[in-house]
Amino acid sequence: MMRDWFILGKEWVETRFPAKEFWDDHLVKYYAPRNLNFWYFFGSLAMLVLVMQIVTGIFLTMNYKPTASTAFASVEYIMRDVNWGWLIRYMHSTGASFFFVVIYLHMFRAFLYGSYRKPRELLWLFGMALFVLLMAEAFMGYLLPWGQMSFWGAQVIISLFGAIPVIGNDIALWIRGDFVIADATLNRFFAFHVIAFPLVIIGMVMFHLIALHRVGSNNPDGIEIKANKNEKGIPKDGIPFHPYFTLKDMLGVIVFLMIFSVVVFYFPEMGGWFLEKDNFIPADPLKTPEHITPLWYFTPFYAILRAVPDKFLGVMLMGASIAVLFVVPWLDRSPVKSIRYRGLYYKIALALFVISFIALGYLGTVAATPTATVFSRICSFIYFAFFVFMPIYTRLDKTKAPPDRVT
Amino acid sequence: MASDEVDHRRRRILTGAATAVGGVGVAYVATPFILSMDPSLKAQAAGAPIDVDVSKLKVGQLMTVEWRGKPIWILRRNQEMFDRMNQLNELLRDPNSDELSQQPHYAKNAHRAIKPEIMVMEGICTHLGCAPTFRPEIGPADLGADWKGGFFCPCHGSRYDLSGRVYAGVPAPSNLKVPPYRFVTDSRIMIGVDPEHV
Amino acid sequence: MKRLLIIFSLLFAGIASTSYAAVKSYPLDKANIDPTDGESLRRGATLFANYCFNCHSVSLMRYSRIGRDLDYDEAQLESLLVFTGAKIGDLMENAMKKEDAKRWFGVVPPDLSVVSRSRGVDWLYTYLRSFYKDPSRPWGVNNAVFKDVAMPHVLWELQGLQHAQFEKVTDDEGVEQQVISKLIIAEPGEISSEQFDNSVRDIVNFLHYMGEPTKQKRLQLGGWVILYLAIFFVVVLLLKKEYWKDVKKTD
Repeated sequence: MMRDWFILGKEWVETRFPAKEFWDDHLVKYYAPRNLNFWYFFGSLAMLVLVMQIVTGIFLTMNYKPTASTAFASVEYIMRDVNWGWLIRYMHSTGASFFFVVIYLHMFRAFLYGSYRKPRELLWLFGMALFVLLMAEAFMGYLLPWGQMSFWGAQVIISLFGAIPVIGNDIALWIRGDFVIADATLNRFFAFHVIAFPLVIIGMVMFHLIALHRVGSNNPDGIEIKANKNEKGIPKDGIPFHPYFTLKDMLGVIVFLMIFSVVVFYFPEMGGWFLEKDNFIPADPLKTPEHITPLWYFTPFYAILRAVPDKFLGVMLMGASIAVLFVVPWLDRSPVKSIRYRGLYYKIALALFVISFIALGYLGTVAATPTATVFSRICSFIYFAFFVFMPIYTRLDKTKAPPDRVT
Repeated sequence: MASDEVDHRRRRILTGAATAVGGVGVAYVATPFILSMDPSLKAQAAGAPIDVDVSKLKVGQLMTVEWRGKPIWILRRNQEMFDRMNQLNELLRDPNSDELSQQPHYAKNAHRAIKPEIMVMEGICTHLGCAPTFRPEIGPADLGADWKGGFFCPCHGSRYDLSGRVYAGVPAPSNLKVPPYRFVTDSRIMIGVDPEHV
Repeated sequence: MKRLLIIFSLLFAGIASTSYAAVKSYPLDKANIDPTDGESLRRGATLFANYCFNCHSVSLMRYSRIGRDLDYDEAQLESLLVFTGAKIGDLMENAMKKEDAKRWFGVVPPDLSVVSRSRGVDWLYTYLRSFYKDPSRPWGVNNAVFKDVAMPHVLWELQGLQHAQFEKVTDDEGVEQQVISKLIIAEPGEISSEQFDNSVRDIVNFLHYMGEPTKQKRLQLGGWVILYLAIFFVVVLLLKKEYWKDVKKTD
C-alpha cells in the first residue's frame, strides 16, 4: 500500500521534473575511468570543503558583527559565549586552509596527467577562474576578524592596486570606500565574502561540473576511454560513477575528515600558520606589526611580488604568475598527456616547479633580507621558466606510446 | 561485467550498516549547529534574575522594571483596592486564574500574588502585545462610571483589573502574565526565580 | 634523479640559512603550565585579581564563566573578582578609565583576554620575571623581554628587584649591540625565586585559560570524533570492497 503511494509519488514528480534523467546522466550512467587513483579524490573533497565553509559560514554570520568597533569582540563572543561557537569557528578557519591544500593538490593532478589538455581546456579555465575566486574569497574573509594581521595584510594588498599607473589610487580608494582600510571596507568585504562571491563560486562550480560531464574525466594514463566503446556504446574502461566512485569518494571523505578533525580539535592554530598570533591583537591603524605576512596559501605569490624591486612591476609579475596558469593547455605541446609516458625533461621541469613553489612559499613568510631576496628571484625564475619554456621542452621530450586501454 | 555471484544480501546488510553509522554521525554533527542557536551566555546573562527594592513603593504606586526585555509592573495595593476588585468577578473572563500558564502555581490565588499587597506582573497585553496604561482612578469619563481602577490597553480596548485579571468581552484572551519571582526580604523582590520552598 | 636531489638540497640549505638575520631576541623560558591543574588556576585567578585586574581589563571574558570552569560559587566569585558593582554574568571590564590610563602610563594597558594567544605562554612567563632596575625609566624598571615597556613591576614585592648584566655582541650584519646576559636579584622579595616562578606560572596558567576557556573541552572531544570516523571508515571500506568486486580486470 505504502509502496504504491511511493511509486505514484515518484511518477508524479517524474512527469514534471527530470529527476531520473539527472540520476542516470550524471550518476549511474555517467562513466568514469576505472583506473582513477589517489590524485582523483580532490575534486569531491573540494566540493565537501565548499559545503562545509558555507554551512559554518552561515552559522558564524548569525553572531558575527561586521563593524570595526565590534568585529574582534564578536569573534571572541562566538568562541566563548555561543554554544559550540568555538567548534564552528575552528571548522571555518581550518576549512579555509584545507580548501587550499585540496585545491593545490587538485591542480597538481592536472599537471601529472595532462587533465587540462584538449578537449578539457574549458574545464581547466573554469577551474582557474574558481582558483582566482577562491583567493579573493579567502582574502576578504581574512579581513573580517579585524585583527592586526587582517588589517595590515589588507592594507598592503589593496595599496598594490595603487601601483597601477594613472588610475591606481582611485581604484584603491574605490575598493576601500575610505582613505585607509576602515569600517566601510570591512562592511563591504563582509557583503562580498558572505553573499556575492559564494554565489559566483557556486555558479562556477556548476559550470565546471557541466564541462567535466560533457567530456568525461581524464585518467592517470592520459588516454581517452571514449575511444574504446563496447557494443552498447559504453566505454570499455568506464565504470558507472554510482555506486563505484560514490563509495570510493566516501572513503576519501572519511580519511579527509579524520585529518581535518585532528587539526580542528588539537592544532587549530597550527603553530600560527592557520590562525596567526598577531591576529589575536585587535586591529590598530597606528601600529604596524613587525612582519606582515599573508596566510601560507598566498605566500608563494607574495614572494614573487617582493622579489621585484619595482612596486608596479612586482604587482604585474605576481599577476602574471597566476595568469600564466590559464594558458597552460596551449603551452603543453607533448603528444602524450600523462607523465607516465613523458620523458625526463618534463619530469625534471615539474619537480623543479614544485620545489620552487614550495620554496617561494617559505620565502614569503620570512623577512625580505638580501639573501632571501636573491633566493626569491632564483625561484621566481624557475617558476616562470616552467611555463615559458614549456612549448619547447614538451616538444623535444622523448615520450613513450601510451597504451590503448588503461592500466 | 561481473560474475553472477553478486551477494545481494551482503550488500544490503553492509549498506544498511553504513547508513546507520553514517546517520549517527550526521546527527552528531548537526547537533552543535542546532544548539548554537540556543541563547548564548550573553543572552542568558542578560536574562538573569533582577533584584528590585520595593521599600519606597507607596500604596497605589506602580513601578516598572525590565526583565528579559519585558516591562514588569510592581504595584503596591491595600484592602480598599481588594474590596473593589471583589465586586468585579462576574465581569471577568478568568476570575480564578484557571488558565495555569498565566501565573506560577504560588500566584494562583485570590490576589494572584505571594503577598497580597505586592502585585508583580508583565506589562504586556495578552491580545497583541501592546503596553496597557495604568488607570487607577474610579469612574473616569472615557472608561465609564463602573470602572473600579485597573489597566486599559489603548490599542484595541482590552481591560484588566488591579490584579491583571482580564475583563470578559474584550479582545485580550487571558489575564496578564505573572513572572516567576520571590521575596528575598520583605522589601526586596527577585524577579526571574521561583521562591525557594514551594 | 641524482641531479634533482642535489639541486633540491642546495636550494633548501640556502633558503633555510636566510631565516637567521639580525639580533637574536631574548631567550624565553618554558612556562610548563598544566591547564588541568585546578589549584594552580585558582591561585592564578587570585594573583590576577590582586595584581593585574586593576589596570588590565579582560573584556571578552565573563565572571560567571570563571565561576563555572574553576569551581567557584557565586559568593566566592564575587569576593574574589567582582569589584566594580558588576553582575556575575557581565563581561570583565575594569575600573580604570582610558584617559587616566593614558596619562599615567602613556598607553592604555592592553586588554588581556587573548594575550596568551598573541604572545604565547613562554613569552608571558619570561616577561613577568624579567623586570630589572633602570633609573632612566619612569617607573624605575625596564624589561629584558619587552624593551622600554610602560608597565611597572607590579610583582616587585614578591620577586624583589633584579639588575641586568650586559655584554657586547656582534650580530650577523656586523653591528655591535648591548644584550642582557643575566638578570640577578639585587634586593630579595617576600618569597624565594622558586616560589616566585611558581606564582608566575599560576598567573600564566590562568591567562592561558582565559585565552581559550573551551580548550580542554575540545581536546577531550577530539579523540571521540576520530574514533567514530575510524569505525565509519571500516564499515564503508567493507561496503566499497564488496561493490568493487564487480570491477575486474577484463575485456
